[in-house]
This record gives sequence, C-alpha cells and structure tokens, in this order.
Amino acid sequence: MEQATDDIAPDDGTVRTVNSLRRDTYADSVALMRAARTLGALPGVSAASLVMATEANLRLLADARLLTAEAERAGPNDLLVAVRGHADALADALAAVDGLLAQPDSPAAPDAPTARALTEADPGTALALISTPGPYAAAEALKALRRGMHAFVFSDNVPLDQEIRIKQEAHRAGLLAMGPDCGTAVIDGIPLGFANVLRPGRIGLIGASGTGLQQVSCLLDAHGEGVRQMIGTGGRDLSADVGGITTLDALELLDADPGCELIVLVSKPPAPEVAEQVLARAARAARAGKPVVACFLDGARSVPGGRVTVAGTLRDAASAAVGRLGGKSREGFTPPHLPVPSGRWLRALYAGGTFAYEARRILPDAATGTGPAGAQIRLPDCHLILDLGDDAYTAGRPHPMIDPTVRAAHLRVALADPRTAVVVLDVVLGHGAGPDPAAALAAELRRVPAAERPPVVAFVVGTDADPQDRAAQEARLREAGALLAPTSTDAIEWAAALVPAHRPERSQELTAAGGAV
Amino acid sequence: MTALPGLSDETAGLLLGGAPVRIAAVGVPEFAEVPRTAGAEVTALDWRPPAAGEPEAAWRLAELTGHPAVEAANREAVARLLAVRPVWTRVLPAREAIAALGDRSRRLLLHAGPPLAWSAMCGPMRAGVIGAALLEGWADSPEAAERLADSGVLEFEPCHHHEAVGPMGGIISPSMPLIEVEDPATGRRAYSNLNEGAGRCLRYGALGADVMERLRWMGTVLAPALSAALGARGEGVDLRAVTAQALQMGDECHSRNTAASTLLLRELAADLCETAHAREVLRFLSDNHYWFLNFSMAAAKLATSAAHGVPHSTLVTAFARNGVEVGIRVGGLGDAWFTAPATQVRGLYFAGYGPEDANPDIGDSAITETYGLGGFSLAAAPAITGFVGGTVEEALRTSRDMARISLARHEAYRLPALGGVGAPVGIDVRAVLDTGIVPVVTTGISHREPGIGQIGAGLTHAPLECFRKALDAMAVPASEIASGTGSP
Repeated sequence: MEQATDDIAPDDGTVRTVNSLRRDTYADSVALMRAARTLGALPGVSAASLVMATEANLRLLADARLLTAEAERAGPNDLLVAVRGHADALADALAAVDGLLAQPDSPAAPDAPTARALTEADPGTALALISTPGPYAAAEALKALRRGMHAFVFSDNVPLDQEIRIKQEAHRAGLLAMGPDCGTAVIDGIPLGFANVLRPGRIGLIGASGTGLQQVSCLLDAHGEGVRQMIGTGGRDLSADVGGITTLDALELLDADPGCELIVLVSKPPAPEVAEQVLARAARAARAGKPVVACFLDGARSVPGGRVTVAGTLRDAASAAVGRLGGKSREGFTPPHLPVPSGRWLRALYAGGTFAYEARRILPDAATGTGPAGAQIRLPDCHLILDLGDDAYTAGRPHPMIDPTVRAAHLRVALADPRTAVVVLDVVLGHGAGPDPAAALAAELRRVPAAERPPVVAFVVGTDADPQDRAAQEARLREAGALLAPTSTDAIEWAAALVPAHRPERSQELTAAGGAV
Repeated sequence: MTALPGLSDETAGLLLGGAPVRIAAVGVPEFAEVPRTAGAEVTALDWRPPAAGEPEAAWRLAELTGHPAVEAANREAVARLLAVRPVWTRVLPAREAIAALGDRSRRLLLHAGPPLAWSAMCGPMRAGVIGAALLEGWADSPEAAERLADSGVLEFEPCHHHEAVGPMGGIISPSMPLIEVEDPATGRRAYSNLNEGAGRCLRYGALGADVMERLRWMGTVLAPALSAALGARGEGVDLRAVTAQALQMGDECHSRNTAASTLLLRELAADLCETAHAREVLRFLSDNHYWFLNFSMAAAKLATSAAHGVPHSTLVTAFARNGVEVGIRVGGLGDAWFTAPATQVRGLYFAGYGPEDANPDIGDSAITETYGLGGFSLAAAPAITGFVGGTVEEALRTSRDMARISLARHEAYRLPALGGVGAPVGIDVRAVLDTGIVPVVTTGISHREPGIGQIGAGLTHAPLECFRKALDAMAVPASEIASGTGSP
C-alpha cells in the first residue's frame, strides 16, 4: 500500500483540509462510507470522506470543497481520504484510517464450528484434558504445551520416549505435563479425571498413583483439611527412565506457593535414584519450613521428626499430614472380632490399582489374574488380588469405577467359592465414577444369605460433598451385609488378619513404579 | 520450571490463571463434564485422529506444531505472498516468455498438474497435445500428431516448472500467446495462456476446425489487440484491485469470473476500441465470462511463487492436477510434488452427461485456492453454490472452514457475506492434517474422452494423502526448544 505525502490546504485560520492517497487500494463503498462516518465524528473533524478516486467521486469532493491538489495524481484504483478539521485533529484522523479499513463490517458470525484440533482452541485456554487413544495422546499433549497449555493426559499406552519428550518440553516451558496415565488432579480447585469433591485448603498433593491420591485426599478432607493443589504425574513419572520430571516440577511449584503449607507425595516405590532426587528436593522444601510427607507404599513405618516424614501406607500418609499441621489424627481402627471363616483364601477385587498394590505388599504371593478376559472366571487356589482397572479387564469396556459389570461377575464367583475366606472391595466415589457404584455390589451380596457366604470387607473412598453421597453409599453396603473399613489400608489389614494362618512363603519382588504392574 | 504464573494477588499461586478458566478436552466426552462442575469453561473438541490416523505421523505433526523455526518460516512466506501486487503488463508469445519454449531445437509442450508422460495422459490432455501439435504445424492431422507423440519426439513438462499455469489440460505450446503478470516491487513474473471462452475449447479436450480456428485467431487477432490496448493505456492493469472488487460482486475468481471479466474488459474497453478488429475482439471478450480466470491464476501463481522456498515453511505454494494425479508443492520442501490419485468432481452436468462421463479432477486452476480464492472465497459467490447442489449457508461454512486451515487473511480480498473478513489465504499443511479439513476447490468438469470438452462444473478437494506425504518429507528443524537449552 503506497501512501502519498499528505497535502494540507489552508482554509481559514486553524481549520484545514487534508487529502491522503492510497494507491491501488480497493475498498467497497459501504466500508468507506462507514469509515468516513467514524472519522467525521472524531473531535475537531468537521467533514470526512473516503472514496475511490473516480472522476465522479472527485467532482463530488470538489463540490464539497474537500479536494486538494493531491487528488490530481489520483486514479480510479486509488483510495482517497479527505478530512477537514482543526489542524491538530487531522493527524489523528488520518492515523485512524488504517484501523477503520481493517475492521470487518460486522462481528464474526456467532455460529463458529466446533474446533477439531487443540491448535484451533481459544488462545486463552489454560489446560488441555486429553483422553484420546494412547498412540495419539502424547502428540496432543505436545501440541497443547506448544500452545502454552498445561496438559492432563488420562490416556495410557503412551510410548515411553514420547512421555519423556512431553515432560521435558513442559519443564522447559514452565508448564505441567500431568500424565500420561494420570487418573486424577485438582488444579486451582478444578477437578480433572476421577476426582472427589474436596474442600479447598492448604495441602498440596503430588502423586503418581490416581486412586492413592484419591484415598489420601479424601482422608484429609474427612479430617477437615483441604487441598490447595493436587497434581497427578502419571504412573511412570518416578521410573528411572522418566526421572520424576513432573514430580520435581510440581514440588517446585508447591514449594514456591505461599498458599501451600504442606506437601504430600504419593507413589508406588520409585526407582532408587529417583527417590533420592525427589527426597532431596523435598528435604530442601522442608528445611525452608514447608513440611513434606512422602508415601511410597513400601510399608516403611512413619518416622516422625525427620525433615521429610516417610509414611508406608495411604492411611499413615494422611495421618502424618494431619499431625504435621498440628491436627489430631483419628483413633486407630479396631476391627470387630469375627469368627474364623471356613475358606482359606482372600479375594480382593479392586477397581483402584493403587489399592491392589498396597494389598500385595501384605500378601505378596497372591495371584493377580483370573484367566483370559471374557472366558469363564476361574479363581486360583491361593489368595487373589485383582486390579480390575488393568488393561486385561478393561479392553473394550469402561473402567470398573464406571461400569460395574465385570467386577460384579467376579464378586458373584468369589462369594460362591467355598475356598473364599474373605472378600475385599473398594468403592470409589467422585466425578468420573458411576452414579451409584455400591448398588451392583450390594445386589450381589443380597443374592446370598449372609450366613452362607464369606465375610466381605469394603471401604468407600469419597467425601460428603461427592455427588454419590458417601454416607448413602456406606449405608447401602452395610445394609447388604458388608463390613466397612475406614481406609484402604485398614481394609486389607483387617481382611488379611481374618485369613486362617498359613505358612508364609518366600515374598516375590514387587514391581516398582514404571514396571509391568 | 519458571516461577509461578500470575503477578497479581488475585492469581498468585494459581496455575490456570484467573477465572474463567478455559479448558479444551479431547477424547472421552464424559471427562469434559468434570471440570465444568467447578465452573471451568470446557470446550469438548470434535477431535479425530490427526495425520490420517497414523500415530507416528501425528507425533511428527505435533513436533512441527508451534515450532519457532516453522512459525517464523511461515510468517516470512505469508508476508511474501501478501506483499505481491500482481499487475498485468504484457501479452507475448509463449516462446518469448518462457525460455525453454523458445528453444527451436525442442518440441516442448507444457501441461497442467504434476509431471506425467504422454502414455499416462488422460483423454482431455491428449486432445490438448494433439491440438497444440496441429497449431504448431508439427503434424497435419490428429492421427499424425498422436504418432508424433507416440514416437517420443515431443517433450512434456509441467507449466508450474516454468512459472506458468494453464486451466484444465493446460497445454501451452510455443506460439500460443501468454499473459504476463508482474510484481512491480520485485520484478517477479508469472504467466498463463489466454482463455478460449466457454463451450468447445482445447483446454477441455475439444478438437475440431472450430477449436483450431479460434486458437489461431487468438494468436493473430486477439493477442495483438490486447497488446496494443495495454500499450495505449500506458500502464498495466492491477489485478489485485479487479479481484478485490469482483469478490464484492459475486465472484470467487476461480469458477465464477463474471464480474471480474467485466471489470477487466471495462479497464481495457476504451483503448481496445482503437485497435484493429476492435468489434470482434470486444464481442469475443464480452461473450466470455471466464476470461479473467487465467488472470486470476497467473496472479495467484505470482504470489505463491514469491512465498515458495522459505526453508521449514509448511505453506502450500501449489495445488495442481493433471487429470490422473493431483499434487501439492510446499514452501519449505523444494520442487517436490506430493501426489495422490485425481479425485472425482462432485457437481452439476450439462444435459446429456453424467458422472460416468467425467474425467477426474484436472488443471492448474486450483492455484487460485492456494491464493485464497475459489473454494476459499466461496462465501463471496452464492450464485455458484448450485454447482454442488448446495446452499448459500454451505458456501459460507466452506469459507469459514477454509480459514481453519489457512495461515492468514488477505488484507484486500474481503468476503462481504462473512462480515467483510479477509479471504483465508495460505494453506498450512499442518492445519490440514491436524483438523482433517481438506482444501475445497471449485472447478470445471471435462469429458474423459478426447475431443468433447466441458460437460459440467462442481466442487472437489485436495486429497489428504498429498498432505500426508508432504509431512513425511518434513524434517523437524533443530531449535532452542528442541535441543534443550535453558528455559524461556
């Protein structure tokens, strides 16, 4: 766009007329008239006209005494801007012309199509919530990060090298890559994935284990403590390959946040070198006055008084956190005495993978499967600790927290098996979980008279504010004859204690975070 | 990790910024509901697997997304494209305009689309070759022309390889007159042939005495008259101004050129009156609603060529079809063509013809789509929506969708029906693959047999496969972000 020198013709005193020429610039006459009207309304401007410099238009301008010598060089493909007004107003008026011409005639059509790609999302989008099939999920996360969004990646089956890449990218960009395989988070009070309705508060949680975080946060909630942030990292974050990138970034964030008064870390046992690094960072926060409770689900006893409080179970992690904040932890759970069951084996049928992990720490020799998916359910002649959220049981169907069908079928078989000594069930509430998760389990329990079936120990992970109503869920289970434990840890300890004594066999090595479990 | 975002007290410690928190969700729809319960504004995207559903390609696409080197390259390419001011300056024989055609030791013909051999050519293009051989006096009958081509004496190269574009068959032979379009600021030039009008035309594969007579007349009468008129006018014709006005008058300047042809004729009329054979020239031009098309194409070629050659740019600088294959060129990928089989055109047919008679998509005219015209400006041309049996609303939606795969909007080309926004310009390979939205092309339909000509018009698209192949050829540039130095 070529702009000719402005040519100012003196009128009288301070009022002048200026013509400005834009060569080879076409604009529709309606757009020009609208721009002229806006210019004419500016303070100090008495008349304004924008026209294509055809002979007819030039005559009109001349008649209106808006033409200067400048227009002599104008042709019909040139746009002529003519303004009359106070000398000091003219520059502003001319400067406004480009902006006025660049404006669309009317606001963009409101019925914009739904965006398909994250790259099309509103530029103000703060976070991308990704639950696509795993092979695409890291690509979506990378695009989100490149657009300045945090990423919450629920999807699993993401290639390890891609997980590392997105976490490195997030770290460099000052963003969080939560996941892949991240089940839960609460960021700025906003729940993501499977998340309970938690009261806002002063505790920051970081976890590589979704149901573990849910259990600890719900126990804190029951103690009256609230959550400042709950940052999920994905199950592999503390593996040697990933190196705890998201966990360390989350520690950094929570350490720097004055609104966060205590940090709780929850994970299956990390790779040793990663544990060392994470605990060193945690100790730095603790030295500076922000207590840290670390729970690696390895059964280590709580060691109060150290810089970083180490808790071995989910229950102990919650109590330690409450204790560090000066609160009083709940009395220890004393299970009622029960007769020795007739069966021999424990059957734990979990929807939450972390609970299965916690249970295997107590019963390391338990079997972990019931035969091929879809085939007849065959219970082993030994203890069984089943993670029904595992891929083997969720292929082609929703997670057991949403769809109880597979778990109900297993429960029916376990109750009917005379070898079963005790059954353990978790019921996880909150967003993302089914509307009435206890119902299908209670229905199975009611099918068999209580005297003819083994005892069933259940625990509910949820808060009073959860949409499913924790009290109602507990009541439903109790009415169906289930025994209720307050925590996942208490449930498995109680159930294991009910099992008739057996000769302990050699413990098999538990798989650390990032392994095949 | 950088410090906590949020400088004010209100947002201190917040990771997602102040309310309202915006979240975009892809995947399981139920998950989008969860953050809504806490007041977040969640957009559940209409997601589908990107990059034609291939995970490895999707990852590569992600690596190129928001990449600083790619973004900078595309900014440069778009700036170059938009800076071009196409001015029609000359009419001259092809042998004078294009050096390779001036070599009298060769019998070279240019054709539409990506490269292909005589043996592979479709019916309409073969007819164009025969007509050109007759016109050049290389053969004295269609049979002799075919034998000549079969013997391997004739050479074939794409118009695009010589800064030229030709509609439909796009055959350009040395004696045909070409229009020259120049960017005054850079001196860059591009060429197209002169439009033969509607009905039986060589470009559609029509052959016969009438077709040959008109081609000769165009060389001996029309071209000299246009040349003389341009000379008398004393300056070139700014095609950008004509195009901008035509978009306000119902043209999209690919398949509808009614307004633009009239405007162009108006520019020349006074000076044409003084030329020899003025009456027949004016009558020919006033009967031809399509004669601006070739100007639109040359202008588009000029602008997209200017944008070509920026390393790492993902801007599409050509889309062309030879009737067998279609292909794109990409700004940062050199001279390579990324091809796919030619598509069928969805459209309306003249009486007596149907889809079974249609040749697959053909011609260089889709260069206009890479310049923001044609399907990209369909909103400007409600009169041609009938071609697709479509509605005006669909035309508006097409232009809106094309904006989703474009890097910019044209500052001069405005779409009145969309509130005067600029036409979407500059197809981004990444956006096509990320959204699965393919470029829409408005085009004529040629009969598949040689010698018959145009039988309809309609809409088609650039196949995703072209973009998919282009992605495979793209290297992810090393950058500060990719190589891992420091935090921003």
